[in-house]
Amino acid sequence: MARVALKGVRKDFGQTKVIHGVDLEVADGELVVIVGPSGCGKSTLLRMVAGLETVSAGEIAIDGRVVNQLEPKDRDIAMVFQNYALYPHMSVYDNMAYGLRNRGMAKDEIDRRVREAAKILELAALLERKPRQLSGGQRQRVAMGRAIVREPKAFLFDEPLSNLDAKLRVQMRVEIKKLQRQLGVTSLYVTHDQVEAMTLADRLVVMHAGIAEQIGTPLDLYARPASTFVGGFIGSPAMNFLPGHAENGTVEIGHGVSFALPGQAARGDVTVGIRPEHMTLNHGAGMATLPLKVDLLEPLGAETLVYGKLPDGLEVTARVHGETQVAIGSTLPFSVEPRHVHLFDKASGKRLP
Amino acid sequence: MVEHRPLAKLVAHLILCLGVAVVAFPVYLTFIASTHQPADIVNGTMGLLPGSMGLTHYIDALFVGTKQIKSTPVLQMMANSLVMALVIAFGKIAISIISAYAVVFFRFPLRMFFFWMIFVTLMLPVEVRIYPTYKVVADLGMLNSYAGLTIPLIASATATLLFRQFFLTIPDELVEAAKIDGAGPMKFFRDVVLPLSRTNIAALFVILFIYGWNQYLWPLLVTTDASMDTIVYGIRRMIVTSDANTDWHIVMATVMLAMLPPVLVVIAMQKLFVKGLVETEK
Repeated sequence: MARVALKGVRKDFGQTKVIHGVDLEVADGELVVIVGPSGCGKSTLLRMVAGLETVSAGEIAIDGRVVNQLEPKDRDIAMVFQNYALYPHMSVYDNMAYGLRNRGMAKDEIDRRVREAAKILELAALLERKPRQLSGGQRQRVAMGRAIVREPKAFLFDEPLSNLDAKLRVQMRVEIKKLQRQLGVTSLYVTHDQVEAMTLADRLVVMHAGIAEQIGTPLDLYARPASTFVGGFIGSPAMNFLPGHAENGTVEIGHGVSFALPGQAARGDVTVGIRPEHMTLNHGAGMATLPLKVDLLEPLGAETLVYGKLPDGLEVTARVHGETQVAIGSTLPFSVEPRHVHLFDKASGKRLP
Repeated sequence: MVEHRPLAKLVAHLILCLGVAVVAFPVYLTFIASTHQPADIVNGTMGLLPGSMGLTHYIDALFVGTKQIKSTPVLQMMANSLVMALVIAFGKIAISIISAYAVVFFRFPLRMFFFWMIFVTLMLPVEVRIYPTYKVVADLGMLNSYAGLTIPLIASATATLLFRQFFLTIPDELVEAAKIDGAGPMKFFRDVVLPLSRTNIAALFVILFIYGWNQYLWPLLVTTDASMDTIVYGIRRMIVTSDANTDWHIVMATVMLAMLPPVLVVIAMQKLFVKGLVETEK
């Protein structure tokens, strides 16, 4: 167990700059999830920590030791891959034991560790099977087992659940989280799935185009997204963005709709962000009304997603209680509490305080 | 799929039987001839049933060879052929699996250049480069030796390509997982690549063994000493075109014996052979 520290880490592939300087400190035993759309550099970042990619600039330290020049095997990390990367010709037992044997560990110690990991992961009955005789979830567990037996300083997960079906994914997600708590191993976890990211993470890193846009706890990021990108990426359905103009503590979004935002000092053109779940049909004092003409409904049982347009044609999504009666074509007077209105600079997309 | 077309099935089977007969009949005839008196074979009274000699001609062939024109005993020729076929098969597999491993898994300067160099040699089979190759072998004093018989045939672009294609299907993650597991290049080769290539190696072994066994032109050139005769070339030497009579009964028995090892290899390795050619599961 150890801390993992990234300082100004950059990665270039020739002329193409993929990662533009990432700073990150992962505390002992912490599970940090790196999340972002495909091509944002999140996997590259993880592979640099693993030693599978060279570091163009900056410094990666595991347990206080700079590992930039160390080979993967000398970094004392274990990695779980998206397609599991199990050795197809080896039994489950050998798959887990292989790395230990290469380290010249004593046979009975290997046996003890493998059997213990198998017990934790409920693989004890499958130790003699070959990977092709296992289901996707079982293979995933073997891949986890291979990481666990190493008792490494850090776990690295590269989209480990992406190849599983939806139900199994939720189940494995819970198992991974429990396991990580139980073992208390420092972990870096890469995923493109924001639900997975939110549920697993102690802290979250949202990557966008090679930059860590925001680092914080899942609820922090949800409550105070640092940019329109983070706002749009975290939360489902995505945050609504409306163009607006701020002046003297009020924000106008056209058609005479304006919010009073006491204490808001911003002036000029802004982007207003409102989450669908904060669109409410309950009016309180001083709340502006957004007349939404309903185009489409998605009833999910507990809740209903309402897709509609504002008078100026902007598309907006709202989330209402499942029992609310809504008719397509009708116009509903939604409103938002001022504390749920996010303001971003129009040009840079950065959050305004 | 349900298929119930008895007539179509019958026709298909008839055609297949005909095909088998066309291939099998000459082999059968050869076997029959090997069990008859030499006179019966030559004057055409042999018939289609086994003759009176049983397997005695095989014993003669194996330990003595033809007598009219003295030939090497067939056992010796088979040993020569076996050495040649085995050395060629193992040599080709060993060299090509290593070069394919280098080309696929390592990044070194001029990697693609070397790959294309190997590829281009596909256009230069032994027959095309036979004079220079002969000259080299002769100058190195390798005529009439196993080395001369086998070494020039060992380099193989085909096997290299086959292994390369197979190696390309090994996912990158497996290589990376092995790196993290602390397996260096040699360990990865021995512990992962070799076991995974098992069926490919088997398939190649069958093909290359038969290729080596059936060599005719090259042994004809580099061996002049009768004790170095391979069986395929030796049969040719047994058949006399001038005054003396050919020992046809011995020749027939020799031909049967010459067919045996490749058949045995195919039968023994058939399962792996088919798997090696069709396997997709990784």
